[in-house]
Amino acid sequence: MTRGQRRLSAVATAAIVVGLSAACGGTNTTPPAGDGAASAPASQGAGAELAGQVKVDGSSTVAPLTSAAAEFFSEEQAKVNVTVGTSGTGGGFEKFCNGETDISNASRPIKDEEKAACDAKGVKYTELTVATDALTVVVNKENTWATCLTVDQLKKMWEPGAEKKITSWNQIDPKFPNEPLKLFGPGTDSGTFDYFTDEINGEEGASRKDYSPSEDDNVTVQGVEGSKGGLGYFGYTYFEENAAKLKAVEIDGGKGCVAPSVETAQNGTYAPLARALFIYPSTAAVKRPEVAAFLDYYATNINKIATDSKFIPLNAEQESKLKADLATLKTQ
Amino acid sequence: MAVLSTPRSAVELASKGRPVKEILFRTVLLASLALALIFLIALLTFVLTEGWPRLDARLWENMPSIRNPEIAGAQSAITGTLWVISLTAVFTIPTGIAAAIYLEEYADRTRWYNRVIELNIQNLAAIPSIVYGILGLGIIARTIGLGFSVITASITLGLLVLPIVIIASREAIRAVPPSIREGSLALGATQWQTIYRQVLPASIPGIATGSILALSRAIGEAAPLIMLGAVSFIRFNPDGIFASYTVLPIQIFNWISQSREGFHVLAAAAIVILLLILLLMNSVAIWLRNRYQKRW
Repeated sequence: MTRGQRRLSAVATAAIVVGLSAACGGTNTTPPAGDGAASAPASQGAGAELAGQVKVDGSSTVAPLTSAAAEFFSEEQAKVNVTVGTSGTGGGFEKFCNGETDISNASRPIKDEEKAACDAKGVKYTELTVATDALTVVVNKENTWATCLTVDQLKKMWEPGAEKKITSWNQIDPKFPNEPLKLFGPGTDSGTFDYFTDEINGEEGASRKDYSPSEDDNVTVQGVEGSKGGLGYFGYTYFEENAAKLKAVEIDGGKGCVAPSVETAQNGTYAPLARALFIYPSTAAVKRPEVAAFLDYYATNINKIATDSKFIPLNAEQESKLKADLATLKTQ
Repeated sequence: MAVLSTPRSAVELASKGRPVKEILFRTVLLASLALALIFLIALLTFVLTEGWPRLDARLWENMPSIRNPEIAGAQSAITGTLWVISLTAVFTIPTGIAAAIYLEEYADRTRWYNRVIELNIQNLAAIPSIVYGILGLGIIARTIGLGFSVITASITLGLLVLPIVIIASREAIRAVPPSIREGSLALGATQWQTIYRQVLPASIPGIATGSILALSRAIGEAAPLIMLGAVSFIRFNPDGIFASYTVLPIQIFNWISQSREGFHVLAAAAIVILLLILLLMNSVAIWLRNRYQKRW
C-alpha cells in the first residue's frame, strides 16, 4: 500500500516539478535586450516611461510594417508590449469591431458591412494611410516576350471565363510564343486577391479558379521561377526580395507602360495596381497613453520604418496628411 | 536469423509455397517500417542541415525580430509553448483520469447514457482540431470572456486531447487484474480505497504514457491557436494566464512565409527546438513506463 502511494506521489511530484519549472521559466525570465540597445530609453520627447499592451491584428501584408514599428518602438518604450496578429484584413476587422483589438491593419479600405459591425458595437475609428504598395506582376527570367502587359491582357488571363480556355501565351497576343501559361497567385482570403480581382477583372473576388493559389508568397516565387511560362502577382516588397530570381512586368493602364517602382507607386503613375495600406486605430484606444505613444512613434518615423522593412514610403503630401489625421484623432 | 532456430522438420512439413510467402510478408513489413523511418530521417537531416547555422543561444535568448533575422530569436514562442502546455496538462490530466476511473470502475455499462458517453468519447477523439478552435473562440474566448490569452489556449487544447487521455487511462485501468481489486475489497477496503491505493498506482505507467503522448500532440497544434489569437509578432514572455502569447508552431509558420532567406534558416532551427521538446517529453513517457511497470 505505502509502496503504491509512494509511486503515485513520486509521479505527481515529477509532473508538478515539470509544470512549475516551465511556468517559472516563463515568469522569471526577464526579456533580454533583443538587439543590445533595447534597454535604456534613449531619446524621449514626452518623457515618462509607459507600460501596457497595444493589440494589433489584421492584414498579413501590413503586419511586417507594424511589426517593424513595434520593434523600433520597443527600443524607446521597453515596457509597452505591442502584439501583431495576422488574421487577414477581414478577420482583423471582425475582432476590431468586436472591441478585441486596439488597431487593425488593412490592405484595403473598410467595407460597408464591417462599418455596420463597428457601429453596432459602438467602435469608432479613423483610417490612416501608412504606406504604399505596388502589386507586382512577375514572370520567369527566361520570358523574353512579356515585358509590358495591358490591363485587358491581364484580364484575359485572369477573368473567370478564362478558366480551362486560356492555357497558352499566344492566346493573349498572337505575337507571343506557344508556351503553356501557368498562373500563380494568393488565395481567396487575401486582401491582395481582393484588390487585384477588383482592379483587373472589374469585380472583387471574381477570378478563374484553375491557378495555383497559396497564402505563402514564397510558393508563388518558386512556381514562377520554375516554369518558363509562369506568371504570378504579389506585393512589391516580395518582388524586391526576390528581384534576382524573377522579372517584373510593366503595366499599361491606358497611359503607356509603367514599371513598378518606389517612384511610380508614390506619384500614382503605376495605375491601377498601386494601392494604399492602412491602419485603423480605435478612437477609444487612442485615449490610452501607450497606444497614443505608439501611434505617435509610428507616424513620426513612418519613412524610416517603411524603408527598413522594404515598403514603399509615403510621399511628402501623404506623410503630412498622416500626421494631421493622427493629430485630429487624438483630439476626439 | 530467427528462422534457423525453428526445427528443420517443421519447415519441411510446411507446403512448398510457404517460405516464399513468408519472405515476401517479412519484406513487406520491413518496407513499411523503412518507409516511416526514411521520411523521419529525411526530415531530421533537412531541418538539421538547414537550421544548423542558427542553432545557437540566440534562438532562446533573443526575442523575435522582423527587421533582422541575424538577431531574431524565439524566446517568446518557447516560453509561450511551455506555458500553454503546462497549463493544458493541469487541466486535462486530472480530468481525464477522473473520467476514466468513472467509466471503468463506477459506470454501469448496461445503462444507455453510459454507452452514449463512451461512443461520444470515441467520436471526439476524431474531430479535426480547427473545430475545437472555433469552439474555443465562440465559447471560451467570447462567451465566457477569457479573451485571447494563455488560459483560453490551454483549455481549448485540453479539450482537444482529453479524449486521448481518457482512452489511454481506461486501457491502463482495465489492465489491472480483477484479483487485485477483489483482494483489496476482501481485506475490508472500500471501493475508493481500492482504487486510490491499488488500481491507480498500478496503472500509473499506462496513464502517464498516454497523457504525455496526448500533450505531445497538443504541442504541435497551430490550427486551433490561429483562431484563438496566438499572435505572430510578440517581443514579451507571457507573465500570467491572461497574457497574450504565441507558440512555436505559429512562429515557425510566420518565419517560413517571410521573404528573406535568413528567416527560413531560423524556422528550421525552431523546428529542431520543437522536435527536441517533443523528444524530451516522449523520453519521460518511456522512462515512466519502464520505471513503474509491474507484471503479474
